[in-house]
Amino acid sequence: MNKYGLALGALLTLTAGGAMAAGTLVFCSEGSPAGFDPARYTTGTDFDASAETVFNRLTEFERGKTTIRSALAEKWTVSADGLTYTFNLRKGVKFHTTPYFKPTRDFNADDVVFTFERLIDKNHPFNKAAPAQYPYVTDMGMDTNIASVEKVDPYTVRFKLKAVDAAFLQNLAMSFSSVQSAEYANQLLKTNKAALINTQPIGTGPFVFKSYQKDAVIRFDANPTYWRKDELKLDKLIFAITPDASVRYQKLQKGECHLMAYPRPADLKAMQSNPQLQVTQQAGFNLGWVSYNVKHKPLDKVEVRQALDMAINKKAIIDAVYQGAGQLATNPMPPTQWSYNKSLKDAAYDVNKAKALLKKAGAEKLTITLWAMPVQRPYNPNAKLMAEMIQADWAKIGVNAKIVTYEWGEYIKRAKAGEDDTMLIGWNGDNGDPDNWLGVNLGCSAVGGNNYAQWCNKEFDDLIVKARNLSNQAERTKLYEQAQVVFKREVPFTPIAHSTVYMPMSKKVSGYMISPFALHSFYGVSLK
Amino acid sequence: MSETTTPALTAPDFPSPLAEFWHGFSRNRGATVALGFMLLLFVAALFAPWIAPHNPIEQYRDALLVPPAWTTDGSWRFILGTDELGRDILSRLIHGARISLWIGVVSVLCSMIPGVVLGLLAAFYPDRLGTVIMRLMDIMMALPSLLLAVAIVAVLGPGLANTMLAIAIVALPSYVRLTRASAMTELTRDYVVASRLAGAGTLRLMFSTVLPNCMAPIIVQATLGFSSAILDAAALGFLGLGAQPPLPEWGTMLAAARDYIERAWWVVTMPGLTILLTVLALNLMGDGLRDALDPRLKQHD
Amino acid sequence: MIQFLLKRIGVVIPTFLGITVLAFALIHMIPGDPVLVMLGERNIDPAYYREAMHRMGLDLPLWQQYVNYLGRLLHGDLGTSLITQTPVMDEFLTLFPATLELSIAAMVFAVVFGLAAGIVAAVKRGTAVDHTVMGAALTGYSMPIFWWGLILIMVVSVHLGWTPVSGRLDIEFDIPPVTGLMLVDTLLSGDSGAFASALEHLILPAIVLGTIPLAVVARMTRSAMLEVLREDYIRTARAKGLSRTRVILKHALRNALMPVVTVIGLQVGTMLAGAVLTETIFSWPGIGKWLIDAISRRDYPVVQGGILLVASMIILVNLLVDLLYGVINPRIRHAR
Repeated sequence: MNKYGLALGALLTLTAGGAMAAGTLVFCSEGSPAGFDPARYTTGTDFDASAETVFNRLTEFERGKTTIRSALAEKWTVSADGLTYTFNLRKGVKFHTTPYFKPTRDFNADDVVFTFERLIDKNHPFNKAAPAQYPYVTDMGMDTNIASVEKVDPYTVRFKLKAVDAAFLQNLAMSFSSVQSAEYANQLLKTNKAALINTQPIGTGPFVFKSYQKDAVIRFDANPTYWRKDELKLDKLIFAITPDASVRYQKLQKGECHLMAYPRPADLKAMQSNPQLQVTQQAGFNLGWVSYNVKHKPLDKVEVRQALDMAINKKAIIDAVYQGAGQLATNPMPPTQWSYNKSLKDAAYDVNKAKALLKKAGAEKLTITLWAMPVQRPYNPNAKLMAEMIQADWAKIGVNAKIVTYEWGEYIKRAKAGEDDTMLIGWNGDNGDPDNWLGVNLGCSAVGGNNYAQWCNKEFDDLIVKARNLSNQAERTKLYEQAQVVFKREVPFTPIAHSTVYMPMSKKVSGYMISPFALHSFYGVSLK
Repeated sequence: MSETTTPALTAPDFPSPLAEFWHGFSRNRGATVALGFMLLLFVAALFAPWIAPHNPIEQYRDALLVPPAWTTDGSWRFILGTDELGRDILSRLIHGARISLWIGVVSVLCSMIPGVVLGLLAAFYPDRLGTVIMRLMDIMMALPSLLLAVAIVAVLGPGLANTMLAIAIVALPSYVRLTRASAMTELTRDYVVASRLAGAGTLRLMFSTVLPNCMAPIIVQATLGFSSAILDAAALGFLGLGAQPPLPEWGTMLAAARDYIERAWWVVTMPGLTILLTVLALNLMGDGLRDALDPRLKQHD
Repeated sequence: MIQFLLKRIGVVIPTFLGITVLAFALIHMIPGDPVLVMLGERNIDPAYYREAMHRMGLDLPLWQQYVNYLGRLLHGDLGTSLITQTPVMDEFLTLFPATLELSIAAMVFAVVFGLAAGIVAAVKRGTAVDHTVMGAALTGYSMPIFWWGLILIMVVSVHLGWTPVSGRLDIEFDIPPVTGLMLVDTLLSGDSGAFASALEHLILPAIVLGTIPLAVVARMTRSAMLEVLREDYIRTARAKGLSRTRVILKHALRNALMPVVTVIGLQVGTMLAGAVLTETIFSWPGIGKWLIDAISRRDYPVVQGGILLVASMIILVNLLVDLLYGVINPRIRHAR
């Protein structure tokens, strides 16, 4: 049966491939984007379809890395106090020509000024015409920290900041900083159609938006005037929207698409042994963890947290939940993040010692809640399953954990309010800066926010605040390494795993690189 | 069932109603087999902790996704194989029978009792109250039931109790309509008029005169409601909104198993087949009951 | 007839109003809100949160939001999606044809095979054929269709490779949407390959969605046929020497059709509910999936508008069935 299926699959791949135009790449994506104005959104699904195809940014992440390279800004200078950034823009870059917009001029400083003024000024005329929120910009503190964006000359732009931001250049490479066309925006404003910026995007990127049918397909054509010619090796790019992971895999097997997003860990073995397919992988730039609410008794006692920590069989979780597609985590950041402290070790799995610790803390026969999110996240493919396993692990040391779940938005809201005892949560890195891990998830200022452990430790916080305001990477590294030691001693949460990112694709695809930021980009990719 | 026919209507040489019912029911072979299956399932559910070979939530982490016993890699330790956490599927199905039957009983009772009361009220007071009730039911009927159930569960939060409540609410209109329609017919009958003239109060008329004579279709509806409750609960579980893990509810098992469909067919097939067989048995029983209880259909046979 | 129609419409209006209240109340009772859902684990500034809620008009008292909503509704404005910022009506119109096409195909499948099965069973009453057909019908009626869909995909699409796995059309065809019905659009495009592809994609979901209605139609047809076959005029027709086939098809079937029409009407609601599951399994871009997504994203206008439109459709179909009933059997009109 299987052999027959495979042979037939191969046959179909051949016929389907033959019928398709040469250089048409089909990507089985996981969901419908909400729109094509990247600044309005926060998820990879939205960014893949706009920021990674239609748009460019001033700086960009190197393909497959967390370091940045020049893009629409050819070069830049930073003032000594770290508050003024001056960018020299690339010349001769053209915006897309489409049935709905014909550019009359090249990309210049006006476009950059428009892009960022729209994001930081709520009273910008364009925001009046097309009301929208820019949540990611707010989250990264960009709207409050940028004092001004000015055009020095047509190809020079100056940003003034209010406070030093060591990750500013990285933030400019993030999807929400995608550069829009001021000329197109004016055309939309004049014709009273400002809302179309979200459905008919115009950018300078490698692919030109062609059409979108919700829940079905997004079509792009190659940008014939793309400025980075060497990275454009396709004629057409198609997103076949397929929300179900097993269906995506079946389509990949039948040659109905060349690449698929988010394979189920359970399917990986079969994919790797399929001669038609290749599976590339990369250590995930993410972390899933169990958070302990230190404001709830007896979790305020470090012994109790240590006991719970050492009773979790992480290895078994990685085998069952991640199906081996995960890397055991010890630190509150992934190993690929600079400043990762390599000397830290997990407490050994030890049921008896855990029981003794609980006894010492006077917390035998403990009953607590264990929250599990209702959705699949990049760092945790199946929270319910993980919760069931941890529940069984804790039962062995006499801790009775009750699994609780709420609808996703509600889950986050209640968790931030500190209603949980223990909970599953995680994080995917935004910009490759250590503060994006330690500050965002463990800092005192994040209590009531992403610091789900409600943990405010002065020793830890002093270290990361000091590091945040330095720009020397070596000095910062030292401080962050110390902070991780404090973390490991106090156990505000138990890091479980870094989920490995897999990208199954047809053998015909070459040059694909996995983004650490859970994005899918197709510039530089070609078909054999 | 012995009250279903009033003495005034019973001819002297009729067989006892219960015997007559069993005669009608047992003539339907499918229904008899189905009854047997349901009894078996009921016993299994009742004595689950003693019958099931393993604890349904015990995770054998050295035996993840073991195939059923009769396949080459299977072992008789796990007859129907194990799931993604190494739990015995047969034990989970047996314990799941408890949950599914419980869902069926509770949600049928929770919709039948208010449904019958509302239906009787609508029949006895057709002008104002009846109109209001029927309009409310129209509103509920105008929404696809699953969508309504999803919305209700979204409001109440996922979980077993809320699933049952959502299913009960969604099924309510069918009982109301059915009861009202049968009660309206009965109300025009001579025996009702007679007992009204004899001075019977409204409550007495409702519950001891009219209701017993409307019971036949309601019982049939309840049987069918039982099966659709199991299906709806499974559908909600499949959408991730039903019973929460580690409860071995069949739909929830199926939803979790979906991830492994390519690799481990048994984790998908077993709960699905169990649901299918149970619902089929209930529907067969429903048919048998209809044949036995509905005199009009009986005449044709 | 006109009076009957007016009376029915008089009933429909309060029902409609009730549905708006129900849809509104339900979606607003769901905990959480669109801003939080969208942000996920990302942090949020309280001032920003208040502003976002204000911009969406979600900071007003509920009754006021409802009045505003009703006011817009009277002007035919169903609102704009909070997430995609496109009008709800536009989204509905692009997605509805997919559901319509799937439902029609499923209904055609159900009626054609259901009628045939029902007639055969009735004519061969009591034989093994009857028992087999009716057993199969009852099994179909008991089917958890989400499981059925998964199994069919596994066997028919993946192992046998007979049909595509999901979607509406092979990606190689870029057919401009005219009617939104893929079969029609591909025919209009004149590309026979595209038409074949659209048909291939439609078969499996239509079978899955049509399974329960098929079972119901088959059972209904059988019992209606049995009842009719006993009537005097059939015996007369047979006695007149008309052929058996002619009697069955011409006289009996015509009279047995009425209950079948009712069932079809009643199945429309079931069908739309089934569409939620079928669309999820087959990645079919229709309104079932659209509504479920909107509920989980707390996209209030979409849920309210979507529920209203779906409910209107069900009401409309039921109204049509009532009318059709009157056409097939004039006695009904007077009875009501």
